[in-house]
Amino acid sequence: MTAVTHDHDAPYQPVFVGERRKELDALFPFYPTKMACILPALWMVQEDRGWISDEGMAEVAEVLELTPAYVKGVVTFYTMYNTHPVGKYLIQVCTTTPCNICGAEDVVGAFLEQTGCGELGITSADGKFTVIEVECLGACGFATPVMINEGFVESVTAARVPEILAGLK
Amino acid sequence: MGYPHPSHARETPVLSQYFGDQDGIGLDGWRKRGGYNGLQKALSMSPAEIVDVVKASGLRGRGGAGFPTGIKWSFMKPGDGKPHYLCCNADESEPGTFKDREIMRWTPHALVEGCAIGAYAIGAETAYIYIRGEFTEPLIRMRQAVREAYDAGIIGKNAMGSGKRIDIVIHKGAGAYICGEETAMMNSIEGRRGNPRIKPPFPAVSGVFAQPTTINNVETLAAVPHIIVRGAEWYKGLSLSSPKSTGSKLFSVCGNIAKPGNYEVTLGFPFKDFLYDLCGGPLPGRTFKAVVPGGISVPIQTMEEAEATKMDYEGFIDQGSMLGSGGVIVFDDQQNMVKQIARAARFFAHESCAQCTQCREGTAWTTKIMERIRDGEGTHEDLDTLFSIADNMTGKTICVLSDSCAVPVVSGINKFRSEFEALIKKPKFHPVTAAVA
Repeated sequence: MTAVTHDHDAPYQPVFVGERRKELDALFPFYPTKMACILPALWMVQEDRGWISDEGMAEVAEVLELTPAYVKGVVTFYTMYNTHPVGKYLIQVCTTTPCNICGAEDVVGAFLEQTGCGELGITSADGKFTVIEVECLGACGFATPVMINEGFVESVTAARVPEILAGLK
Repeated sequence: MGYPHPSHARETPVLSQYFGDQDGIGLDGWRKRGGYNGLQKALSMSPAEIVDVVKASGLRGRGGAGFPTGIKWSFMKPGDGKPHYLCCNADESEPGTFKDREIMRWTPHALVEGCAIGAYAIGAETAYIYIRGEFTEPLIRMRQAVREAYDAGIIGKNAMGSGKRIDIVIHKGAGAYICGEETAMMNSIEGRRGNPRIKPPFPAVSGVFAQPTTINNVETLAAVPHIIVRGAEWYKGLSLSSPKSTGSKLFSVCGNIAKPGNYEVTLGFPFKDFLYDLCGGPLPGRTFKAVVPGGISVPIQTMEEAEATKMDYEGFIDQGSMLGSGGVIVFDDQQNMVKQIARAARFFAHESCAQCTQCREGTAWTTKIMERIRDGEGTHEDLDTLFSIADNMTGKTICVLSDSCAVPVVSGINKFRSEFEALIKKPKFHPVTAAVA
């Protein structure tokens, strides 16, 4: 599982330079408008920075010829874009009905306790973990699925949580 | 093959034949399994001929609505001088459903092939595959398959040497159940908030980027190459019940059941045998209590209804529910239905795009009442209020998310009323109802 390290106090460094800029430019021919590239562009910002700051939104607005307010409107619609810094490992536990009947609440409880987060959405004191509940991850037959950054762990039970956390350095 | 369980003898593995087969994921392996023969054949036919074959096969949309695919394609008028678009709906996020995920994970080229045929048939040069952001593994597999297909000249400016341009673009979603609604998806592809649009205009007239557009589910498109290769009669022959429900269908099974996973059966298969034989029945020492057969948005079935059901579009309706997306959620005797329906309501409240008042307020209000009842603080009036809210949430909004929230609540109270009443021991003083009285 890849982790993004980020320094929240450093001045904003533009994302769309060099290779990233080329990557974005290569998408334009596949869409009739530049605006259509907003979701891919925001993903690039999040992949590089771990979250999307107001400066990040302003940069996306500039490269796609939109206003920062418009970009913010889009960012805040979608739950996967982080508008706040999160821990090195963002742990997302599915608790929707199919997982709920298979014990997802116990899995959430185990993660909250053993990461030291204590509360949903709060980053642990060491900056390592943030635990959140998510709605249906689309892997109901493998209850409970847990997303850790870009990684996906299936069939998680409360008993497996220590082993999973031990793998996150 | 089969994943996570080997295919059962009573299954009809068409789409799931290579689930779990590592060698079928890459282009070379896929070609050895007959991959792209369908596209090759399709490119030698006229678009109208393809539409006719798909019409004759009886294939219906596998995303939930069950609209005949060939008829949907025939709404697109080739040669009208406008750019046409195909959007493949891979935003699978209906709780209980995880079939498209396995198609993309194990047979990504099947979807690329289906999209290419679909695009050619409707006169589109570009197909967008909208994959939900949470599907990290399917995204990797699909991106790789598309890249391989471009490199091999299967798609691109001269698809398989036909002189036709077919571009396939993977568009990654960012976490929004509502983007599985076709007009919301089109807004999302255009770079907007995923709010559904009012219909009409229908997508075939004015869809993505205001151009004629067809939206098909992953499973629907993945079935098309098989139909082209083996013919409409073969597909039509795959039916155990009604000529209106043909072909094989993937059902995702989850919840309190011995063998959760994906199963592919011919439409019309007896649901009782499906649950007890294929899926192994209840967990040891438990009994089934209820089933949601088509994703959380369809009415809950009692076991009596479920065991009498024929698994096709009409069969589920006859037994008080709907086939929906084929996401089967099984509840056993250890589950409290009130708690689970409350959780389902919370899902809809979270996922409402908040565009329509009935939905924005209704889903949140329903959740509040359901959780109050769950916590032993409900009143008998609450049940009447839930019915009244549900009535005001049904058929009154731009899309059906609002209706979908009302469905489990209404069917739950009607079919499992005793569980609600057990939590409402006596009428309690309630400031709002007391003030009204």
